[in-house]
Amino acid sequence: MHAPDGFLNAGTAVATGAISAGTVGVAMRQAREELADKQVPLAGVAAAFVFAAQMINFPVAAGTTGHLLGGALAAILLGPSVGALVVTVVVVVQALVFADGGLTALGYNVLNMAIVTSFGGYAVFRVLKRLLPTDSTGIASAAGIAAGASVVLSSMAFSLEWLFGATAPVAFDTVFGAMVGVHLLIGIGEGVVTALIVRAVLAARPDLVAGVWDVDRLQLQRDGQVGVRQLLLVTVVIAFALAAVGSQFAASDPDGLERVATDTGFAISAREHPLSSGLFADYATDGVANEDLSLAVAGAAGVAITLAVGAGVFAAARRRDRERRPTRVD
Amino acid sequence: MGAGHAHTLYHHGHTRVHRLPPEVKVAAAFVFVLGVAVTPRHAYWAFALDALALVVATRAARLPLRFVAARMLVVVPFVAFALLIPFVAGGETIDVWGVSLSRDGALAAITILAKAGLGVTTSIVLAGTTEQSRILAGLERLRVPTVFTTIAAFMLRYLEILADEVGRMRTAMRARGYAPRWIGDAGPVANAAGALFLRSYERGERVHAAMLSRGFTGTMPRLADEHVTRHDWLTGIGWALVPAVVALAAHLAGT
Repeated sequence: MHAPDGFLNAGTAVATGAISAGTVGVAMRQAREELADKQVPLAGVAAAFVFAAQMINFPVAAGTTGHLLGGALAAILLGPSVGALVVTVVVVVQALVFADGGLTALGYNVLNMAIVTSFGGYAVFRVLKRLLPTDSTGIASAAGIAAGASVVLSSMAFSLEWLFGATAPVAFDTVFGAMVGVHLLIGIGEGVVTALIVRAVLAARPDLVAGVWDVDRLQLQRDGQVGVRQLLLVTVVIAFALAAVGSQFAASDPDGLERVATDTGFAISAREHPLSSGLFADYATDGVANEDLSLAVAGAAGVAITLAVGAGVFAAARRRDRERRPTRVD
Repeated sequence: MGAGHAHTLYHHGHTRVHRLPPEVKVAAAFVFVLGVAVTPRHAYWAFALDALALVVATRAARLPLRFVAARMLVVVPFVAFALLIPFVAGGETIDVWGVSLSRDGALAAITILAKAGLGVTTSIVLAGTTEQSRILAGLERLRVPTVFTTIAAFMLRYLEILADEVGRMRTAMRARGYAPRWIGDAGPVANAAGALFLRSYERGERVHAAMLSRGFTGTMPRLADEHVTRHDWLTGIGWALVPAVVALAAHLAGT
């Protein structure tokens, strides 16, 4: 996922850099309050954990392995602001100290790997937490699905950036389809492993999971009877349902997608000359037969990401107004 | 997917590049890659000149070729992606050994590979000649907020310890016959990761308590600033401006 230099054009690199810097600035201010000023060492060790967690290989199939990305996990364990900040530190240090990921790519790498995954994943988690039972299994499942969704949101974000900053004549549709398709599969692994990690932490120290600080602990220690395989089954079913619904929707009913885009204001410019604004890279829309569709999918993806990230930021901001959560230092 | 590297890139040496103050080197690295980023696509001679500037820096820093080449492998996943572009891109096609490729796609892939290669080499020169703590000190002097650099400092300090912990867990699991085949067997790995989080968190608390007892007030003491001369800045930024100047020339030449 660590994109090197030159993958998106310079304008997109600068724009995403500005967005990332602004968001991380806000996250930093909130994190400073949540960390009670003095727990910076704790955040540092947590960052080392995220870094180390990315080194843990989990089996995928037939001897191949994958590894965690950890954005949603960090947000659920540490809270969205601290999570986003911690993963940002990881991504920046990987670029500067380990030469992993381009320096001009930092803007979109931080945006896709830290901000979208943390705030987006946390938003999905908050919604699911309300829908699922609040025992250990319910919370772990919510965390798992949120983590899977965060990976897909991240791939959607990259595809959208490609629409603005493509550096090769590959149509947006192709990039979107390939990225989201591949990341649905990656998301299954991320989701299952995140769910299991959260369940393991809940079993030992539920007080350390920031995402459930408002849930009764006795309730959390009640464990439902769901194992790895059931969880995997549910995640795979969700992923394939999403893929099936998504592709059907896109293929058979472009008007439906377009309506979504129009309703939300994304396709307004599509009414006139969709590409005359010069905002989109010529390349991304090169050779697209159905430009309206392409724009509509972009609109829908944009709405999904914006809603998820916005809800996560909102949840992070609102938590400060409420009663401070019980202190986590014993 | 770049993972599995707890070892830093620093390559010990006493060259002029090693001695440059870190803030100069960090700033120069950013200026250099930005210059590469604004170079017009298909201006291959410009990329060649940029590469020459990097060769000069690598030679001046006495970084072994093998060291640089080995580290460049991190971009391999994206090289694979770039190599796919000619097959999926649109536009005019050309025949190569009976396979029809997109001409624009192939040219774009070359440009992406050139920029990615120049970028990663720049990062390697920076990380290879600057100790990690000095990179963070340089960031701090470039006005990156101290919360950020302090978290990064603690992260780097404990990373090796946690990486060792991961290694011990892996050994222990293997010793007990854990040989996972597919994701359904991921349970024990995830439990180990959960345990790693708890150990990390509790370690963080212990470190914090220990620091408080030694008079920590929330900010780390700042070491005395290194003296940075105008000559240092001229050397660093002068070198870093090569791609920008070359890019400007390429734009003017209209290639």
